[in-house]
Amino acid sequence: MKLLFVILVAFLFGNFISAQDCDAILLGEVVDFHDNTPLENATINVTAKDLSTTSDKSGKFNFQNLCDGVLELEISHPDCKSKFVTVTIAGDTYQKIRIEHHLEELDEVKVVGDVRKNTNSSQEEKLSQAELEKFSGNSLGDALKQITGVSSLNTGANIVKPVIQGLNGSRVLILNNGVRMQDMEWGEEHAPNVDINSNQDISVIKGAGALEYGGDAIGGVIVLKPLPIVRTDSLFGKTQLNLFSNGRGGNATTSLVKSFNSGMYIKAQGSYKLLGDLEAPDYLLSNTGIREKGVSINIGKRDFVQGWEGYYSFFDADIGILRASHIGNIDDLITSINSQQPDIINDFSYDIERPNQEVTHHLAKLNYYRRFTGFGKLNVQYDFQSNRRFEYDIRVGDDANKASLDLKLTTHTFSSTVQLDSKEGLEVKIGVLGRFQTNFANPATGVRRLIPDYDKYDFGAFAIGEYEIGADVTLDAGVRYDFSRVDAKKFYRTSRWEERGYDVEFADLVRDDLGTQLLVNPVFDYHNISAMAGLQYDLQNDQLLRFNYALAQRAPNPSELFSDGLHHSAARIELGDLRIQSETSSKISASYELNSERWGFTFAPYLNLINDFILLEPDGVEFTIRGAFPVWSYRQTNAQLVGIDFSVYSNWTSQIRSDHQFSWVRGTDTTIDIPLINIPAASTRNSISYTNSDWNDFSISLESQFVFEQGRFPDNITVFSPQQQQEIALDINTPPPSYHLLSLDISNKLTLFKDNDLSVGLRATNLLNTNYRDYLNRQRYFVDDLGRNISLRILYNY
Amino acid sequence: MKKTLLFINPSVFKSLLLLGSLFFLQVSCSDDDNDPVAVDEEEVITTMNVTLTATGAATITLQSQDLDGDGPNAPVIDISGNLAANTTYSGAIELLNETESPAEDITAEVAQEDDEHQFFFTTSGAVTAVTYSDQDGDGNPLGLSFELTTGDAGSGSLQITLRHEPKKPNDGTLTDAGGETDIAQSFSLTVE
Repeated sequence: MKLLFVILVAFLFGNFISAQDCDAILLGEVVDFHDNTPLENATINVTAKDLSTTSDKSGKFNFQNLCDGVLELEISHPDCKSKFVTVTIAGDTYQKIRIEHHLEELDEVKVVGDVRKNTNSSQEEKLSQAELEKFSGNSLGDALKQITGVSSLNTGANIVKPVIQGLNGSRVLILNNGVRMQDMEWGEEHAPNVDINSNQDISVIKGAGALEYGGDAIGGVIVLKPLPIVRTDSLFGKTQLNLFSNGRGGNATTSLVKSFNSGMYIKAQGSYKLLGDLEAPDYLLSNTGIREKGVSINIGKRDFVQGWEGYYSFFDADIGILRASHIGNIDDLITSINSQQPDIINDFSYDIERPNQEVTHHLAKLNYYRRFTGFGKLNVQYDFQSNRRFEYDIRVGDDANKASLDLKLTTHTFSSTVQLDSKEGLEVKIGVLGRFQTNFANPATGVRRLIPDYDKYDFGAFAIGEYEIGADVTLDAGVRYDFSRVDAKKFYRTSRWEERGYDVEFADLVRDDLGTQLLVNPVFDYHNISAMAGLQYDLQNDQLLRFNYALAQRAPNPSELFSDGLHHSAARIELGDLRIQSETSSKISASYELNSERWGFTFAPYLNLINDFILLEPDGVEFTIRGAFPVWSYRQTNAQLVGIDFSVYSNWTSQIRSDHQFSWVRGTDTTIDIPLINIPAASTRNSISYTNSDWNDFSISLESQFVFEQGRFPDNITVFSPQQQQEIALDINTPPPSYHLLSLDISNKLTLFKDNDLSVGLRATNLLNTNYRDYLNRQRYFVDDLGRNISLRILYNY
Repeated sequence: MKKTLLFINPSVFKSLLLLGSLFFLQVSCSDDDNDPVAVDEEEVITTMNVTLTATGAATITLQSQDLDGDGPNAPVIDISGNLAANTTYSGAIELLNETESPAEDITAEVAQEDDEHQFFFTTSGAVTAVTYSDQDGDGNPLGLSFELTTGDAGSGSLQITLRHEPKKPNDGTLTDAGGETDIAQSFSLTVE
């Protein structure tokens, strides 16, 4: 309306004033919005008139012989988007014009191959769109394994927790479109509650260098962002269908984006996945199906000066847990480990029976930013998350349909950052965060709570800065403080309370004595400091050197503190410890990179020293009238992780490319000098591909993955077998042998309505149907891993 | 001068955010001091009493008592004495939930739902055999009462396992029977 008025006025005045004397001068100055530096070579046109000029070295320009009235100027600059400005001429007039020079920050232009990273000096890698398309039907954890140094801790094939340079769980943050996921990441059988298809710009920051996202990312950060939306009037979308032979199902995902010239956009996306029982080479893995739904919607407006976004996502998964992995007591575990064969194999089915887990995650976010001239950018955000987890066990009688675990975790977070970028070469970001979280453990399960009811309060503040010294060196440094308070109400068995020695140390926490149980109210505060410093040195000839030091502290999670009791689905007693303190990691990492047309490599060694490292390992058995159960206890020790991630690519010709990756990590408990448990074995991945752009982007690639046998593991435990009436060694820690898998991928583009709008791919994983077990799969005691899977993917862009 | 009309007025937006933070505060304040309710596990079996009687020999009782369930304390085993050699004992099993006062008798429940339960007996050494003396409604073995035979003097063991919802009939092995283990307890016995 206002614009229309201006045009109208300009039009009227234009006609009216033309009769007057026209000798006014417009003197203008074009400057950068951020730091007021003059911009040379900007083109200035007076719209509807045949007048044009360019700005000089000092950003100045002028037009002579103008009439009084209103003019509209169009300012364009090679690095900027054109801007229209209306100027009122009343005699000689001076006008300053600010234009946005840092175009990439608008996220409007996506340059192919552009790797704008989240951090300056950390080791960081991004998944390509081609890789994401291949893994659209898999889990996030599966896709991330394409990145060197990333492996996974699995419970079967559908529960995949990412492991970054040997660390997982609460040490790996997942940032879902700017929101830190609060989805009970503490459990070994809790996979991230995200749909890989919802946010397709996925990168991994190894280590705690990204302080902005949290100070406790001792493992690393997984950053999921939506793909940038182009600021034009457009409507586009894509739909992908994946069909799998193994599991006899597949998934479909579709997304639609409507964007406007004004910067408004709306994006909607949905996915559905259905798989039945999966298959190992020799047998069916009964009750390993999955049903997964994901929906997300983004709506917002992006402008240079300000913008906002609302985001909502919903995730729902019903995941079957291998029937044969449900064991009664230690004798069943001994039998399974010794027999190496599942004792229950049923016919193929899509039904998900007990044991299984059902998880739902709601995430809503509201975000607003505004830039201030000569100052920087302010960002404020509120987000809400609700995570519900049901774990169903095989129960009998009246309890058959009752969950054994029913937790509801609700989180509210308010955060704000200010980015100061008005000085050329220096960028400073400061921010604060407040979070409230409440966990409700439903007593209706009739099973004693493994994780108690608790309230948690977090407060964090950080400052990070990036400074360019000359053209080649960028320094970055940051510091962060986090406070967290956990206020739990938990029932302990009196016998457990005493066995742990809590009756001596924590007697004042007892609120109520119910005879055989005690209600206790632990309130623990943690003050954590994290800091980082690093540099990126741009060597000549496409080479780059990064060096980073990160200090990070992580407060114990509820599982590490409070776990207590029989985890029915795993047939193990898990014991946390109220005495557990924050762990502190000091990590030095470096990377030497070369990226040229012809070839490239990344060589990235690291050393991570963790004081008071929290770990969970088997340390004996406890006897009950129902038999004996292995006990897994949390304990703290000093740990050292040292490793190397190495990758090389070579473009042998314009059509043939090979990729090679190797990663190795060695974990040691330095206090008692034994190997750490659950450290991924060394692995190497090598692939060769042929692509021909003349044949509709035809591409074929063969990939080999070799996983070494983990030779370093803690000692096995000796347990008394009631059935055998003797002490026997339980091979609970012994890793399985090395294995080698081949996979083949063929893809091609086709034209349906528009050029190359349809792409089709055929992929076979575990091509030779090899029998293998992986050390980091918790079901390795019971069954072989997945056999061959042939999948077809069809992607249609419109 | 503003270039475009904003989709949403910043002040409106800010008040929305304010509202959000108020909600946040409100939620953190509404946390009252209501204590969670305790979970009392139902149908818990804490105690198994096995009475072995034979004519001409002393009555022997075997007890396994585990008052803290999956707590740290192991079941307390009490065996009243040694078995006589080459004797056939009549055995009877009693199951109790002693977390309640007075103790709840679970035996009757098992007897009532006999088609959903079965005891399994594994013997070794001087305890030579156990045979079932009772049946469920379908004529399959139950095991609340049984006959135990001893051999020559020596040591032996008796393992008693109670399965809930096993496959019935089964071939007498635990593997074939499946179901959920309610009790798995072994007794080291001396036969003299």
